Amino acid sequence: MAEMQLREAIRAAMTEEMHRDEDVFLLGEEVAEYDGAYKVSKGMLDEFGDERVVDTPISEEGFAGMGIGAAMNGLRPIVEFMTFNFSFVAFDQVVNNAANMRYMSGGQYGVPIVFRGPNGSAGQLGATHSNSTESLYANFPGLNVVAPSNPDDAKGLLKTAIRDPDPVLFMESELMYGLKGEVSEEEDYTIPIGEARVARKGGDVTLVAHSKMYHVATDAAEQLSEEGYEAELIDPRTIKPLDIETIIESVQKTNRLVVVDESNPFTSFAGEVAWQIQDRAFDWLDAPIARVNAPDVPAPYAPNLMDAYVPGADQIVDAAKRVMYVE
Amino acid sequence: MEERMGHAQTLSVETGSCAAYTTMDALRRRPALSLLRDMAQKSAKEEAAERKEGRDETAPQEAQDAAEAPSTANGHPNGEADAEDAEAERASDEAPADEDEGEEEEAPSPEEIQAASEVPSAPVKLELKFKTYPGDQFTHDELHLGDKQVVKMYRNMLLQRRFEERCRQQYQQQNISGFLHLYIGQEAVSTGTVAAIRHGEDSVITAYRDHGLALAMGLDPGECMAELFGKETGVTDGKGGSMHFFGREERFFGGHGIVGAGVPLAAGLAFAHQYRGDEEICVGFFGDGAVQQGAFHEALNLAGLYDLPAVFICENNQYGMGTHIERAAANPDLYQQAAAYDMPGAVANGQDVFSVNRAVQDHVEMAREGQPSLLEVRTYRYQGHSISDPANYRAEGELEAQQKSDAIIRLKKYLLDEDLASGDTLDEIDEEVKQEVLDAIAFAEESDLPDESALYENVYAGEYSFLS
Ligand SMILES: Cc1ncc(C[n+]2csc(CCOP(=O)(O)OP(=O)(O)O)c2C)c(N)n1
Ligand SMILES: [Mg+2]
Repeated sequence: MAEMQLREAIRAAMTEEMHRDEDVFLLGEEVAEYDGAYKVSKGMLDEFGDERVVDTPISEEGFAGMGIGAAMNGLRPIVEFMTFNFSFVAFDQVVNNAANMRYMSGGQYGVPIVFRGPNGSAGQLGATHSNSTESLYANFPGLNVVAPSNPDDAKGLLKTAIRDPDPVLFMESELMYGLKGEVSEEEDYTIPIGEARVARKGGDVTLVAHSKMYHVATDAAEQLSEEGYEAELIDPRTIKPLDIETIIESVQKTNRLVVVDESNPFTSFAGEVAWQIQDRAFDWLDAPIARVNAPDVPAPYAPNLMDAYVPGADQIVDAAKRVMYVE
Repeated sequence: MEERMGHAQTLSVETGSCAAYTTMDALRRRPALSLLRDMAQKSAKEEAAERKEGRDETAPQEAQDAAEAPSTANGHPNGEADAEDAEAERASDEAPADEDEGEEEEAPSPEEIQAASEVPSAPVKLELKFKTYPGDQFTHDELHLGDKQVVKMYRNMLLQRRFEERCRQQYQQQNISGFLHLYIGQEAVSTGTVAAIRHGEDSVITAYRDHGLALAMGLDPGECMAELFGKETGVTDGKGGSMHFFGREERFFGGHGIVGAGVPLAAGLAFAHQYRGDEEICVGFFGDGAVQQGAFHEALNLAGLYDLPAVFICENNQYGMGTHIERAAANPDLYQQAAAYDMPGAVANGQDVFSVNRAVQDHVEMAREGQPSLLEVRTYRYQGHSISDPANYRAEGELEAQQKSDAIIRLKKYLLDEDLASGDTLDEIDEEVKQEVLDAIAFAEESDLPDESALYENVYAGEYSFLS
């Protein structure tokens, strides 16, 4: 194991895959000469040259579509969105083209592409720069959505994503880029897409949380433990395809579920998990499923409002107590 | 179109009623598509029958046409003829010609269609001309700017500069958070423009590097600073922050954080002026980086097509973040984009407030006559892209060279040379401005943070029960 920051783990995955496969290249705003807006691709221009680490103008629809076309024609692009907020400019390309192509062409053309970049809020950036997009994109058949919470998962999952024959949206977080963790040094380390990780064992309540919210939920689990309640914490790691079996197994043990997700609540990932669990494990539940989301409003700027906006550990603790029927 | 709307309504209105049960029940038993196809055909027949009986208010011939072949006006000269014969998907997806269309705009004649399909027999040569507004060419008299007004312009540019110098400091003291994009170096663009429009009547919109323009538009420095502090007294009550300043009273339509997204809005603001038939125009600002977005091109085409009263001003400070314009644009002479949209394009010196003012006066005049245009203003930002950018991509000495033609220093020299103000007066102005900024900070400090209930305010205009 080696200690790495999240950004280093992502870089390591891209670098290894680019050495392994000449068809893999990186495309996006500021990825080359500037070393990436968040320094994720630092040094990659020097290592691979400007044919494989390509700076683009601010033309999301154009370069996302160009990536898709290149993927249809045999390459394996990694397209960096400076943040997923800006992927909305490329929305048509991602959801109409990348997601549908294999199906629409009767299987003749797949789109092996990775769209990656930070997702969700990152401090006081206001409404246009704080969107959590995983629930939205997961709605579209044909897309895979991956959102890891630590460097090890990020490395293993990104390598798999790059090899995947279908489009993968790989969601990171500005606030987590500096996060350090042990990363496997196993040669060619990959983690399958669609497998959740049980991060903490417990029998009293199940918490499901991914990406940044995983860390908030860890905090909540510790608080609960101090009060004598043991939470089981599951990091789904992949939003779509979702490893619902692992969550069901846990719910069969704890009979109580809280889903945490930074999206706005309406049609959120949390809402989807709650539906699947009531569909598949209704008889195992001892309480209604609780969810913890950002409020049903756009992101504000003011510091106190933003604090109230982003789901916190206290809210998760409260939700857990609610489903455990304790004060 | 009407047909389709009719069905949508039928379905949604009946949901939950007995009729809905029958409908939904039928849907369950039959493939949905065949059911919907029958409904579409039935309704088309009914409408046709109604028209025959003369109960329809709309012109019978037009309605008949609409039910039959799509006219050339909707872009399907050889479109399939009969709505009833057409597949259900087509019948419901493709609207018959809009009935109130084709009154003002005459459909092209067969001759015109023929002419448009002809290919010229000789190579086509284009001669393009673009006006330029270099620095040091204009005096304030020529621009019809009064002596006092020029001093006021100087004061305003200085206010922007001093305000942002303090922003930087307040950011370092953690009173300001989030992204902070400073406008320092570009002040002549905002001030020169605002002096060329009907301030408070014309509409103005810009991107996220918006503090300078907001101050030029007369937004209160205290309220601007309070916004940056995230206070309830801020220009958007602490909701938008640095990138999203707004000032309805001043007709300042924001502060927009997504690169390029404001350009179509500028076209829309101009559309509203044209629609209402008022005298006002819209000035829309954006950066050099935004020219690479599809939104820019779509908006300029719309403006050119509809003759919108808009002036599109590209503040070319040479960089989009760390990328120099030469590395971002196939043709870095951005003003030349105007040619593609059949509108005048020009380029002005953004380090000379008179050059900006002359150019914007000319372009605003065109806009008032219904001629949209593109004006590139060449300028330079002194700071990094945002406060966290050390701007290592600059060549050595690049910034210093630019600062030699600083717009504020240039104007100061002009004021002194032309005897419009004494050195003492200008020093006094600087002191005043500095104090104004300190007062703005004090106001921001003393103001309260918004109440937490503000989180739920202004999501919708009316009542809404929020999910919790
Ligand atoms: C659609 C979109 N993509 C990327 C960004 C990130 N971003 C913010 S500012 C900027 C550079 C814009 O440059 P320019 O338009 O020249 O304006 P300037 O910063 O020079 O004022 C970028 C890439 C964004 N805000 N929106
Ligand atoms: Mg720029």
